[in-house]
Formats: sequence, structure tokens, C-alpha cells
Amino acid sequence: MEQTNIMERTTIARDKVKAEVVNFNFYYGNFHALKNINMTIAEKKVTALIGPSGCGKSTLLRAFNRMHELYPGTRHEGQILLEGQDIMAKDVDPIEVRMRIGMVFQKPNPFPKSIYENIAYGLRIRGIKNKSTLDELVEKALRGAALWDEVKDRLDKPGFSLSGGQQQRLCIARTLATSPEIILFDEPTSALDPIATNSIEELIQELRNQVTIIIVTHNMQQASRVSDYTAFMYLGEIVEFDKTNFIFGSPTQQRTKDYISGQFG
Amino acid sequence: MTNEMPDLVDIQVIRRGIKSRKRMDNIFIGVGLGSLAFSLGVLLVLIGKLLVEGGKRLFGQGIAGLWNFLTSVPDSNPEVAGIKIAIIGSFCVILLTAIIAVPLGIGAGIFLEEYAGRGDLPIPFPKWMSNIIEINISNLAGVPSIIYGLLAMGLFKYQLRLGETIATAGLTLALLILPIIIVTTREAIKAVPQALREGVYAIGASRWQMIWDHILPASAGGILTGLIVGLSRAIGEAAPLVTIGALTFITFPPPFPFSPKLVGEGLHGPFDWLFSPFTVMPIQVFDWVSRPRPEFSVVNAGAAAVVLVVMTLSMNALAIYLRIYFRKRVKW
Repeated sequence: MEQTNIMERTTIARDKVKAEVVNFNFYYGNFHALKNINMTIAEKKVTALIGPSGCGKSTLLRAFNRMHELYPGTRHEGQILLEGQDIMAKDVDPIEVRMRIGMVFQKPNPFPKSIYENIAYGLRIRGIKNKSTLDELVEKALRGAALWDEVKDRLDKPGFSLSGGQQQRLCIARTLATSPEIILFDEPTSALDPIATNSIEELIQELRNQVTIIIVTHNMQQASRVSDYTAFMYLGEIVEFDKTNFIFGSPTQQRTKDYISGQFG
Repeated sequence: MTNEMPDLVDIQVIRRGIKSRKRMDNIFIGVGLGSLAFSLGVLLVLIGKLLVEGGKRLFGQGIAGLWNFLTSVPDSNPEVAGIKIAIIGSFCVILLTAIIAVPLGIGAGIFLEEYAGRGDLPIPFPKWMSNIIEINISNLAGVPSIIYGLLAMGLFKYQLRLGETIATAGLTLALLILPIIIVTTREAIKAVPQALREGVYAIGASRWQMIWDHILPASAGGILTGLIVGLSRAIGEAAPLVTIGALTFITFPPPFPFSPKLVGEGLHGPFDWLFSPFTVMPIQVFDWVSRPRPEFSVVNAGAAAVVLVVMTLSMNALAIYLRIYFRKRVKW
């Protein structure tokens, strides 16, 4: 009875489905890190993955742009469909996937190059060479990441000369510049102070209508503030996946209740 | 309760305890300073002695005497014998060494660090294979240089019939410093944070774009340092070149590298220099030291040794400068 109840509430028919995780399993060597994950990602909405450390939420996020393939010893079963196409398939080049799905990391990782080059690099490898086109797209991306006014006079300075929060917005701008279909955020504010965190959260709020966002966060208040959908994960499984206000307002699973009320994790 | 409990709060006991623990610290300071003074002292005496003896020839007749020493060919008269041929020989050999060892060493370092053992190569190259190679490269870096000389004598000099030429010497020294360059290249690449790699891949770059656009610029300081340290080791090596039979007395320089072919001269045109006999700085020193007359064995050998030390020290200084320069530019 309870099971059908969840299924009904999880239906996101009113939002267009951008991506779909189908019977997805993931292994680090013999360790079964993700167990039969099924979920949908709504287009131009924010989907949050929450759960205690080691629950597999980062593993799931990184599977979306096949980051795990940089390291030997992992394997997966099942599919992740991006607009119906299985992006985990062997014949799909991971570079193609990463050109469609951008990522922002836990610790700001600007390239050791100028602010301008940080943004322009993704455009250059996409074959854009024209200087005025580059200038225009760099400005657009920096404006999109609410960083333009702070850096417009020092675009030739190293990306590392910026503060931590600015660096993270630079990394967001660098991803925005390439017009990805989905942006993955892997705990984007956990290395930042509260003010910088606030500015990143505001930015995510602004982006939610332009691009599909999946965010992993340890901060439950953050998940409830910025996301439309929330998946609560525990020990490699999705315990509960629903609209964010249901997860935080009336969770159906005892574990979810315990976690969001701070009784563990 | 037979044991007496130590008093942990009595201030006198605490102070006595601190004092006795600090004694060990002071002993170590003394031992450390002593061994530092000893090793630095030996070095200073050595270089001082070289400067005093060699200085007679280098600075005895002012700037003209120094110039004369640097630009004269060897002679049976110690007063007019100079090191021109040895300097040019060293330059040519190091040039060839660098041409061979730099691309091979950096390429091997990049391959072992970024490609090997990842299971995505067209030929199987498992992790254990790169581990074996890694261990062996570290071992090669410790093989005595005379062994490289024996290898070169058998392989380059006789099997490949390259003879006692710059080609043989350059190949030998390139083999000798390849492990150093590979190891330092790997270390420099390894020092680039994984977060940068992930960031570059996440933007959609290919592996080669990641390496060429980001890893190599970010690790250039470390790689350059390794190159220069390797080349400065090569410039001071005598043993392997003695083994292959480098000449000790030669009065004409090799043709200038890549100079155009002159009519009626040479077989190989711009590559004539490779097949020319040569001598190098450490062999010049070695030759003079073994002569009976002190004008050669003490004065001239000392003077040439000072020039050799200046050459290697300035290469090392350049390496240190580059390291600091790139450290300032790249920060994580």
C-alpha cells in the first residue's frame, strides 16, 4: 500500500523528463555502491541528492558525465538516458557526454590560467576561434554567473587571484559558457563561507529556469531551499524520491524522517 | 598500590621534565651543525684548492690569459694549451644528448603517468606492467655510469659501427640521463592536482588536450628542473666516455652542428658533426691530471675543473631559478 503511494507521488508527469536513470547499478571493484537506482530528472528543474556520507550520492552524480571512467576498477549495469539516449553505452564517447553535461566540483578548481581563458577554454575546444565571438560569450557567461561586474577590469588576471566564492562562480561560468543541457553540482558550497554559499545558492535559483540541475549536498537546508525534487539516498539505494516539499514536509519513510530531522547522518 | 603514582601537577617536576626532553633537541642541533660544517668545509677546501691552483692559469695574466685559456686548442706546451676543443665538444655532445633524451624522457613520463595501466589503450598495458617499468626505471637511475659506457661500447661503437664519435657519446649520455628525466617528469605531472584533471575533462576536453593545454604548462617548472639537472649530470660525466674511447688529445673542433655541407667535405652534410671525433671537459681534465708535469696536472687541470664546476653550477642555478619562477606562476 505504502509502495503504490510513493509511486503516485513520485510521478513528475507535469514536468518534461530530461534524463532517466534505469535499473542502474555501480561497483567499485567488489563493492556494490549503487543498487538498482531508478529516478527521473525533470527538465529545467533542480534535483537534489541528499544522504549521509558514503550513501552513493556523489557516485550517482559523477556517473552522469562518466567521471568514474578516469579511474580503473569500476563497472556499471543499467542505463542513464539523456533524452532517450543511453549515455552510459560503450559506443557513446564520454567526451560527447561531457560536452552535453557540465560539472561544478566541491572545491573550486579554476584552470591555472587567466579569468578570460578559464571561460574561453571550453569554447576553444568546441572550435570557436573568432576573438569577438569569444569575447561576447565570455562576457555572457560571466554575467550569467553574476561575476562580470567583479572581474570585468581584470580578465587577464589568474583565476586563482579570486576569492573562493568568486572562483566557484568562475567555475560555474566556465560550465555555463558551453551551454550544457545539464549541470551537475557536487557539494558546490561545502568549501565556502556562508556569504559565498549564499551567492552560489542565489545563482542556482536564477539558473533553474534555464538549465537542468542536479546537486549533491550535505546541507539539508540548502536542498530544501534550492531544489524542486529531492532524492534521499542511504547505503547505495534511493530510499525516497519526491518533490522537495514532500520530502521535507511529509516524508513517507522512517529513515528519511530520521535523516531530515537530524537523528543520524 | 605499591607503585608510587607520578606527580603530574607539581610545577617543579614539570619543569625538570621539559628540561630533560629539551636536552635531546640540543644534542641534535649540535650534531646537525657539526655534520653540516664538515661537509661544507670539505667542499670549500676542494673548490678553494681548485681556485688557487687553477687561478694561476685562469686569472694569472688578466682577462687576456683567461680568454687565451678558453679559446686555445690543446698543446704540448702547458702555457699555451687551452680548452676550446673540450668546450665545443661538451656543447655538441650535450646538444645531441638533449635532442635524444628530452622528447623521449618527457614522452615516457607522460605515458607512464597519464596513459599506462588505465585499460583503455589499443594494446593491453596492465597496471603491473607499468609497475615493473617504474621499478626498473628507478633502478636504472642508480646504475653506475661505467655500465652505460660498456653498453655503449658494445652496442653503439661496435655493433652499430658509430665509432668514437659525438653520436656514440650523445646516445650514451642520453641513455644515462633518460631515467632521471622520466622520473622527474612523472613527479612533476603527479604533483598536478587531480581536481584540475577532472575539471578539464568535465568541460569536454580530450586526454591529449588535457595534457597539452593544462598538465604540461602546470608542470613545466618541475619538468624543466629535471631536464637541467639531468643535462648538468651528463656534462660532468667522464667514465662512460672514457669507456667508449673518446680522444684525449685533439686539436680541431667538430663541424658546427647543422652547418650546410661544404663542397668536397664530409659525408653527411649538416650531420657531419655527429660523426666527428671529439673530447669533452671532464676528459680534458682527466687527461691533464694524468700527466707528469705539474703545469698540466695541477695548474691546467685545476683551471679546466673550475670552468667545468662553473658550467654545472650555473646550470643548477638556472634550474633553481626556473623552479621558483614557475612556482610563483602556478599555485594550487
